[in-house]
Amino acid sequence: MIKNIWSKDFPQIKGNNIYLDTAATSLKPKSVIEAINHYYGDLSSNIHRGMYEAAVESTQLYEETREVVAKFINARDDEVIYTRGTTSSLNLVAFSYGLDNLKVGDEIIVSELEHHSSLLPWQKIAEKTGAVLKFVALDKFGRITVDAFKKIISKKTKVVALTYVSNVMGYITPMKEIIEVAHKYNSVVVVDAAQAVQHLAIDVVDLDCDFLAFSGHKMLGPTGIGILYGKANLLNDMEPFEYGGDMNEDVGKETSTWKRGPQKFEAGTMPIASVLGLKESIKYIQKIGFKKIHDYITNLHRYTIEQFKIIDGLTLYNPLSDTGIISFNLENVPSHDAITYFAEKQIAIRAGQHCAKLICDWLGIYSCLRASIYIYNTKKEIDIFISVIKESIEYFNKLGF
Amino acid sequence: MSGLDNLYREVIMEHYKNPRNKGLIEDSKYKLFRIKNPSCGDDITIQTYAEDGIIKDCRQMGHGCSISMASASILTEIMVGKKVEEAKEIAETYLNMIANKEFNKDIDLEEATVFSGVKDFPARIKCASIAWVAFKDTLE
Repeated sequence: MIKNIWSKDFPQIKGNNIYLDTAATSLKPKSVIEAINHYYGDLSSNIHRGMYEAAVESTQLYEETREVVAKFINARDDEVIYTRGTTSSLNLVAFSYGLDNLKVGDEIIVSELEHHSSLLPWQKIAEKTGAVLKFVALDKFGRITVDAFKKIISKKTKVVALTYVSNVMGYITPMKEIIEVAHKYNSVVVVDAAQAVQHLAIDVVDLDCDFLAFSGHKMLGPTGIGILYGKANLLNDMEPFEYGGDMNEDVGKETSTWKRGPQKFEAGTMPIASVLGLKESIKYIQKIGFKKIHDYITNLHRYTIEQFKIIDGLTLYNPLSDTGIISFNLENVPSHDAITYFAEKQIAIRAGQHCAKLICDWLGIYSCLRASIYIYNTKKEIDIFISVIKESIEYFNKLGF
Repeated sequence: MSGLDNLYREVIMEHYKNPRNKGLIEDSKYKLFRIKNPSCGDDITIQTYAEDGIIKDCRQMGHGCSISMASASILTEIMVGKKVEEAKEIAETYLNMIANKEFNKDIDLEEATVFSGVKDFPARIKCASIAWVAFKDTLE
């Protein structure tokens, strides 16, 4: 009933449900589901091995997707590694690159905006190598700025691991300028693009990032598939992260050798169906185009925020969010109490620390509510959301919160 | 919205606003257990002092949603004066009740029966159980 031109492509949108939790995982269009069904229903064969027709088609589609991903971020095919998701991608960089290239006294720059997947691998690597974690100071709104970054970087900085878009605050990090500065200090930059890839056109050549990670499931694709982009010269020098089938070149009793390029990092049977689905999600996004996506979300976000600002009894933490991510709390209502009300009204938002405890600490809160807007959301849905927020404030007030 | 009203019963709100036995005691005769739920930010510590198989005191401290805070408060009130074995049985029964599992209806849960509405909100079972799980651990 409350649909726009894109929402009809998403079979998950039905009844009176309102989905405002894309930052956790996006909905999936029919074309993605069909690609997955095609694999399981028609092919269901492994890749890089069999000679029979289904195996050849599976392999072809699997490698075609790599080309599609590469074009999508302006990378070379041999710089695109399939992983389980952003978390796996970032762990791969930390353990394959970080562990071998960091030593006592080296510095790793991160921020309090990091998702745990961009923080904890480096915390562990720091512990193992004796390197030191440094936190770039956030400005008064909670943003990473180039000025603050310039103040923290030093000759000791070997790795910079930062979020491109914060999953709680929704800010876009000035990544290109930061990378330019980081490279003057010869440090390697790892970009967590999990919340960026569905909002911004990413060009790894223009950005000049050394590694970039994202997940399929936050960009209309399936779960279980993620991408790690890495510059070819860095990837070539890195040891594999996992050992097993398909990643080796020659196996001996004592020593073995590894394939080159991305295959070195893709041990065992990969989530083939999810890879095939990812291709369709990228095609879907490309068909709409980032300008349209950005404009649509910006308008809807602005519309939402204008109404948020005039609601009494609500604290908004990121009025300047650059994306569709809105973090807030109802005053005096713990987020897990509040979210139950929204769930009862069939509105999907999220409560908690969002796997980013440090930014909750920075904000001085235990947890918060997060709504995130994407292309399939509509003004009408926002109107309902706003009126449910107002109702909920009244409800909890009456209860005595 | 009767389900929600059944969840937020008056007794629960009363305990949330006026928590009993709040604050920890620095005394080695108390056993302490702390549970954090990283996804929601709840953080609860329960302290018990048992002597001769009887629970003499039960304390609680932490922060979280109304359901977790009220369930900690009610827990501490119920448990004081109970035999340890009896207390374990009550805790087990309570945890089964809120998780919508089979539970022994002959066990008197006293004021904790107000949490029977939690079973209709699977996402809140953890909120209502955290203090009680920590309590059981203080008795181990």
